[in-house]
Amino acid sequence: MKRIVVAILAIAAVASGAVFLLPAQNNKVKVGYMTTLSGGAGIIGKQMQNAVNLAMEHTNGKLGGKDAEVIFVDDQRKPDVAKQLANRLIKSDKVDVIAGVIWSNLLMAIHKPVTRSDTLLISSNAGPSPIAGEGCHKNFVSMSWQNDQTPEGMGKYLQDSGVKSVYLMAPNYQAGKDMLSGFKRHYTGDIVGEVYTKLGQADFQAELSALRAVKPAATFVFQPGGMGINFVKQWNQAGMNDLSKLFTVFTVDGVSLPALKDTALGVIATQTWSPDLDNAMNQKFVADYQAKHGGYPSFYAAQAYDTMMAIDYAIGKAGSADTEAMRAVLADGGIPTTRGELQMNTNQFPIQNVYLREVVLDSDGVATTKVIDTVFEDHGDAYAKDCKF
Amino acid sequence: MTFTLLLEQIFNGLQSGVTLFLIAAGLTLILGVMNFVFLAHGAQVMIGAYAAASLISITGNFYVAALAAIPITFLCGYVLEYLLIRHLYQRDHMDQVLATFGLILFFNELIRIGFGPAALFSNLPPSLSGFVYILPDSPYPVYRLLVIGVGLVCAAGIYYLVTRTKIGAMVRAGASNESMAAALGVNIRLLRRFIFSAGACFAGIAGIMLGPLTAVEPGMGEPLLILSLVVIIIGGLGSVHGAFIAAVVVGIVDTLGRVVLPLLLRSVMEQSAADGAGPALASMMVYLLMTVVLVFKPTGLFPAKG
Repeated sequence: MKRIVVAILAIAAVASGAVFLLPAQNNKVKVGYMTTLSGGAGIIGKQMQNAVNLAMEHTNGKLGGKDAEVIFVDDQRKPDVAKQLANRLIKSDKVDVIAGVIWSNLLMAIHKPVTRSDTLLISSNAGPSPIAGEGCHKNFVSMSWQNDQTPEGMGKYLQDSGVKSVYLMAPNYQAGKDMLSGFKRHYTGDIVGEVYTKLGQADFQAELSALRAVKPAATFVFQPGGMGINFVKQWNQAGMNDLSKLFTVFTVDGVSLPALKDTALGVIATQTWSPDLDNAMNQKFVADYQAKHGGYPSFYAAQAYDTMMAIDYAIGKAGSADTEAMRAVLADGGIPTTRGELQMNTNQFPIQNVYLREVVLDSDGVATTKVIDTVFEDHGDAYAKDCKF
Repeated sequence: MTFTLLLEQIFNGLQSGVTLFLIAAGLTLILGVMNFVFLAHGAQVMIGAYAAASLISITGNFYVAALAAIPITFLCGYVLEYLLIRHLYQRDHMDQVLATFGLILFFNELIRIGFGPAALFSNLPPSLSGFVYILPDSPYPVYRLLVIGVGLVCAAGIYYLVTRTKIGAMVRAGASNESMAAALGVNIRLLRRFIFSAGACFAGIAGIMLGPLTAVEPGMGEPLLILSLVVIIIGGLGSVHGAFIAAVVVGIVDTLGRVVLPLLLRSVMEQSAADGAGPALASMMVYLLMTVVLVFKPTGLFPAKG
């Protein structure tokens, strides 16, 4: 008798478990999208949010043909907040994917907790070196770039153009260090100065005075977001253009150009994307974004759009939002993006072209960027060889 | 480092010092005279910058816009005092902190709703974008010299107002003993409103001048608020000339620290270690300075209350 009771209870438990699991399988696909929506970097997050919403419009609110929901969270650019939010998304919202993340220091903070919880983590921007090499994890996929890739292009370009001396400047945090070490990987000329500024610095006049005293042939700068606006403004006001030529990464883009307008004309940068890239997906994205929000999207927006399209592609091809299945599809590459079909490296960072872009005025007199050359074709990052899952 | 470079850096420090002073002058009076903890002073800087930037795009003239923005910032301070601040004087400091911290969020969100989250375009007029040679071989932007000039004129104006006029006498009386001043017939309510609005106006002027130099975006004033609090603590609560000296010292220490310290460290340690430690130490310099001052003079260099 006792045995029968136990058996019935066991069956009941299994059955109720199955019942409990059933709605979970039918449930919507949930994506937690983390970005910075408040504070000085709020504009970046806003553009990414616009792009994510545009992507969801283009897929009719579905991801891989399944009903989907995107939960936006504001990390306030604080690593501790990012960590709490990631926890909440995993444990209480039970999302299938966590995507987004602008800042490398924030991605570093959530990388372990998210990947270990067996949730897929997709970066729309940050690509710090520690998680591309030895610290890599199979549950992390980048839909942007590894931090070093873009400045590597600039280093190569300056090396090939025979520039003799370069002065380097970046904010003092993980991405700043990655950018400068990436630049130095392909540039073997003289580095006449290497300055780390404060993250969020508003006034660069003191650094510019010091730079003027050195008189480098070229100056290479990484100052993302509002810092880029400050830097380029003050660079012009200090008359530095007569003294040195400015080369940048992630400094002059769709976020800062509306505030800089034609004062940034002629500034050269490398980037893996540009609004004028000639492929159908990119042109549709740029045109629809402009129609909806006015003004050019930034690379942040393009990468956010690509991230959603990659999730759509992965779920569609895998047939489910299972972490391992989605990961396997993305790791295979051939992902349709605004940068064309994207191939993936062994550490699940993209292998992609690095373009040289210049700030120009479009036919309506609006400042934008134009591709003038391709520095690297199908360029992978330097850390993939150290990554073993 | 050459002498010209050092001189140029001292000018840079002076320029950031006078800007800080404009923000700290009002704040030191609000804290020192009114005994009111006001954290949203950075918002006044932002309001000044936004007022000037939007007036420039309407009028197309930098000078007209800059001058027209000054009364706007005064008015903003006046209205804010009338609507909210005056109800908080009798509350304890914790309530004031909470309410004015709320104001920071409120103003940032208001600006975001009104102007969008993107930074506004603001640039120098061509007439101010030239250079002056402060030494041969050392060109210095005219506009930054103008900022120094305007800052010094404002400082002189505030000094005159506080030490030579009747209003100033009332302010000083209020600073040393408010209830005694009230007993002697000073209209404390009006005095407070005037101090608050004037403080908002000076912070606004700082914002107007910063507009063409930095990104005009929501929350642009907050980093300055922390530095100006440091200035007030070093200068002594309620002391305008203390705030001036402290602001210039903080400006120069911060600027020289940023430029000189990494170079010094590089000569004594390995480059990668110096690159990490230099910027970190440089951003600590002003706080170290504050600590040293507080150890020797716990009430600041020139405290107003005896």
